[in-house]
Amino acid sequence: MTHHTKTIANLRDELASKKISSVELTQHFLARIKKHNPTLNSFITITEEHALAAAKQADQQRAAGQAGMLTGIPLAHKDIFCTDGIQTTCGSKMLANFLAPYDATVVSKFKQAGMVMLGKTNMDEFAMGSSNETSYFGDVKNPWDIHCVPGGSSGGSAAAVAAQLAPAATGTDTGGSIRQPAALCNITGLKPTYGRVSRYGMIAFASSLDQGGIFTQTAEDAALLLNVMAGFDEKDSTSVDHPVPDYTATLTQSIKGLKIGLPKEYFSDGLNPEVAKLIQDAIKQYEKLGAIIQEISLPNTQLSCPVYYVIAPAECSSNLARYDGVRYGYRCDNPTDLLDLYCRTRSEGFGREVKRRIMIGTYVLSAGYFDAYYLKAQRVRRLIRDDFKQAFSSVDVILSPTTPTPAFKFGEKMNDPISMYLSDIYTIAVNLAGLPGISIPAGFVNQLPIGLQLIGNLFDEAKLLNVAHQYQLHTDWHKRMPEGF
Amino acid sequence: MPLTPEEVSKIAHLARLNLSHDEEVLYANQLSGILEFIEQLNQVDTEQKSERQQTKQIEPLAHPFDLEQRLRDDAVTEVDLREKYQKIASQTEAGLYLVPQVIE
Repeated sequence: MTHHTKTIANLRDELASKKISSVELTQHFLARIKKHNPTLNSFITITEEHALAAAKQADQQRAAGQAGMLTGIPLAHKDIFCTDGIQTTCGSKMLANFLAPYDATVVSKFKQAGMVMLGKTNMDEFAMGSSNETSYFGDVKNPWDIHCVPGGSSGGSAAAVAAQLAPAATGTDTGGSIRQPAALCNITGLKPTYGRVSRYGMIAFASSLDQGGIFTQTAEDAALLLNVMAGFDEKDSTSVDHPVPDYTATLTQSIKGLKIGLPKEYFSDGLNPEVAKLIQDAIKQYEKLGAIIQEISLPNTQLSCPVYYVIAPAECSSNLARYDGVRYGYRCDNPTDLLDLYCRTRSEGFGREVKRRIMIGTYVLSAGYFDAYYLKAQRVRRLIRDDFKQAFSSVDVILSPTTPTPAFKFGEKMNDPISMYLSDIYTIAVNLAGLPGISIPAGFVNQLPIGLQLIGNLFDEAKLLNVAHQYQLHTDWHKRMPEGF
Repeated sequence: MPLTPEEVSKIAHLARLNLSHDEEVLYANQLSGILEFIEQLNQVDTEQKSERQQTKQIEPLAHPFDLEQRLRDDAVTEVDLREKYQKIASQTEAGLYLVPQVIE
């Protein structure tokens, strides 16, 4: 059986024509997870019973003529999304035994659409990391080379979709955590506009940057799933009430005359020359399709990493103050007093990278440093945002590599936080500006995949998906599968 | 500006984290490197000239597209889920969360 090689668009047709049932499909993917998860470690929790019950219900709905577009299709959720009554760990010892008391909006929307949750995927602890090496539940392996990282923080979701253990998986992106692992694992990863997808029930890391999104085999599948995920939510005060188009309706539009901007700062020194060559090939492909290529400048690019490493830790230090051992999550044994309860719970419950970021955040927000670091970073954030505003006055989308290099080896950057932080150099500014971005497969360097990033204007996901889909109609990088899975 | 292990210990206390001496030394090193990295922001000119040629600072950007906070009617919308929420706490009694004794 090769159901796993099919896209969601194909599986939808097979379910509709009753060539296969949702129970069969779900069993097929559960069997693949059981077979390959010991190698990849991409799942923290496998929700077999829930999945089979949901699949059975989906089949009944179909038999009763009540099936929707995506009824019965399995997917996996990053373990940052709360799932009612099901372990939600966020990759941390702090939440290792946390049974969320409600569903995240994203989870309930997919449930309502009749989709079947296979399990919860591994991730960097509290989404802080670019290699999935900070998870309390161990490293996730890259299916293209198990000695290499899958990227992070949504590394489990990316590896699961790349190895076809799930047709799709959710992710979150604060500085590149969807696009970077999508690139390193040869799949499609979409980070929508800030406020497009509800953050309710999505465990907070840096609230002004976090945004939920999706991993799929194709841009078409991403469009199908964004149709479900996107939309206003009362329960998220940063959710934006903006019309949701049918993202699949414009996929086949011609891109003749489309203006694509190439930011010269994204093609400079740090870029691996072989990656650069593949991106040039992709640009030529777009020219063939009638796009107009134009060089642009995002002059404050080099500042996005330092701005991010002030703002994200600052927001994380206040968001993670809630883990105090009182209301939920880990609690240390035999606290002597309240201070001891707080300090030991947090020291024992958080891993190294999380502590490092909490301390940076605490420092930059502390009296005497707030103006110099935090406000300064927010002023520069405006400059970075304005660079993009300026750029989108002359181009429709921006094209760049997703990462400067293909996947790196385990341990390579773990003791050098700054070199790890710089692996997100091309993705971070997009979060600071709140823009949508997508990474799609664009070739291989030494058998390791690399990604092409497309950045759109605010709420322009439909255009991004259209531009990505057109590329995928004329290339087959996204159809390459890792051997052994 | 490099941080000393003593300063790291102070920051850790503010963040309610206990660190061993070795950790203080390790973090002093790493945090100093990160601070040096973000110091480059100080080189950036964030002053603007207004129309009347007065200089003022560029406004900090807190929300990526300057959206204002939405408000809702001040009405009760939540149901009481105390029991459900307290079930996942380590220690509760009579509907209250228990912590070590604070007042003698």
